[in-house]
Amino acid sequence: MTIVAESPDGELMTLNMGPHHPSTHGVLRLIVECDGEVVTSCQPDIGYLHRSIEKIGEYLEFPQFVPYTDRVDYVCAMNANLAWCVAAEALYAMDPASVIKIPERAEWIRILVAELNRISSHLVAVGALAMDMGAYTPFLHAIALRELINDLFESICGARLTYNYVTIGGVANDLPAGIEPRIAAALDQIEREMRGFNKLITGNTIFRDRLAGTATISAADAVAWGLVGPNLRGSGVDFDLRRDEPYGFYDRVEFAVPVGDAFAGANGRVGDAFDRYIVRLLEILESTRICRQALKHLPPAAPKAADLVGGWQADVKAALRKPPKGEVHHRTEMPRGETGYYLISDGSKIPYRIRIRTGSFTAVAIIPKLAPGLMLADIVAVIGSLDIVLPEVDR
Amino acid sequence: MVDPVPSGSICPVRTGGGLTVGSRPGDCELHLTAVEDFLNWGKEHSLFYLLFATACCGIELMQTGGPRYDVDRLGMIPRASPRQADLLIVAGTITHKMASRAKRLWEQMAEPRWVVSMGSCANAGGPFSKFSYSVLNGIDKHFPVDIYVPGCPPRPEALIDGVIELRERVRRWQTLGVRPRDAAVIA
Repeated sequence: MTIVAESPDGELMTLNMGPHHPSTHGVLRLIVECDGEVVTSCQPDIGYLHRSIEKIGEYLEFPQFVPYTDRVDYVCAMNANLAWCVAAEALYAMDPASVIKIPERAEWIRILVAELNRISSHLVAVGALAMDMGAYTPFLHAIALRELINDLFESICGARLTYNYVTIGGVANDLPAGIEPRIAAALDQIEREMRGFNKLITGNTIFRDRLAGTATISAADAVAWGLVGPNLRGSGVDFDLRRDEPYGFYDRVEFAVPVGDAFAGANGRVGDAFDRYIVRLLEILESTRICRQALKHLPPAAPKAADLVGGWQADVKAALRKPPKGEVHHRTEMPRGETGYYLISDGSKIPYRIRIRTGSFTAVAIIPKLAPGLMLADIVAVIGSLDIVLPEVDR
Repeated sequence: MVDPVPSGSICPVRTGGGLTVGSRPGDCELHLTAVEDFLNWGKEHSLFYLLFATACCGIELMQTGGPRYDVDRLGMIPRASPRQADLLIVAGTITHKMASRAKRLWEQMAEPRWVVSMGSCANAGGPFSKFSYSVLNGIDKHFPVDIYVPGCPPRPEALIDGVIELRERVRRWQTLGVRPRDAAVIA
């Protein structure tokens, strides 16, 4: 949908949206120029949540940085922990003498918690998008479902939001006894309630018509602007690091990668806001599948932590050894897309430099390209459908 | 017909006791109270809060407003505009770039206004206080805070506990006369 801006006197109005605004999902500031109700330009202003996390990493030892990765992306902190630990383990693996062997059980626990957290992250995304479109009820359903997963995480690691659970060499502690049936029951409930959620909002004419054909990103554009994750897949690019460049045990699980396919029907186009929404919805269901497989494969717990099959952590000394000198870039698939940790080590216990490449950053970068020609109210749809989390942008 | 008012009171009788007229059940009861107590009763039970979330604590604030913890039952309804809000819950890290904007929000709120600082970052910089060059170590450097809720992030129960503590303070608020400034409370 492109509306050509026509103003009799050519005068534009500048609107300042944010940094405090309920629909910018945090502290994003947008400087919007409008001609009447048609947006002519939109410039994001970021940095309101720059907490210098990359710099802090240069003062802390490798395992000490894990809590800070929680705060890089708090909506999916387990995945953020995992991304850091996998990158650090790749650094250790550069020297054959310091390779950290992770126990099998720990690998499966990692997949289990990461996928559970992916579900809760996508729940926030789809719920908030529905709220931005004026439907408050789906948001409440999503939040209520999220509590289920929060309860499970609380039993597993004691925290509801910032977990600090995945550590270098495994996970911080074993799963509590008897949690598996609870997880299975929660997965059942999530699947059931997602069907209800789908009935509630996906077919809603207002919701669908507002998102269909809005902010369409072509596959070529998505690749050129460096979009990742559901935003990239929503544009029809079939790429998922879990499948195409598997880390951990992701090569041992079966799952489909949902791709945008003009789901909205006649008005829809591949890569519009509705496709991005549907891709997230489908990914929730795929994640429940992965969780079930992880539960099935989970080996029985061993009494000793360092047991390489049933333990939950490699020999602690292995993870506390100095890493080899060198640099590594390791990427993982987070709910908001590919996240890369670029690590430079000078051979000491403390990293020389950390650089985090996150999915939300490029998603913010494409807003100035998408906005011109949209109605002012559709800016909210753009932000909501890109699922931006601001600390990931500012870090 | 007069609507039956439940016995007990709809208005609090706090100073010096009130006068109750009508003794038969179903009669409308009359309570005398100080104007100030009546106003405070209203304020206490309708603490509209500003939807101001900057970081991690914002997600817990969102969950607190959600169906399980449901702060609506305390009369707390989120507001998007500071002009309509009585309570500013500072949820999340405040950076130096954000601090002046946060202060502006606080200035835009109408009196009487209250501030709950939620989480370690807003209290004192939290995990960023030592090494970060861009994080403000505590929002109380810019405007006064009534209640500090510790945690990183605090559980919704902790936030609600802080709000209950704040309600005590609202009940004692003096609209008229000289207002003594209470010392901050750590919930």
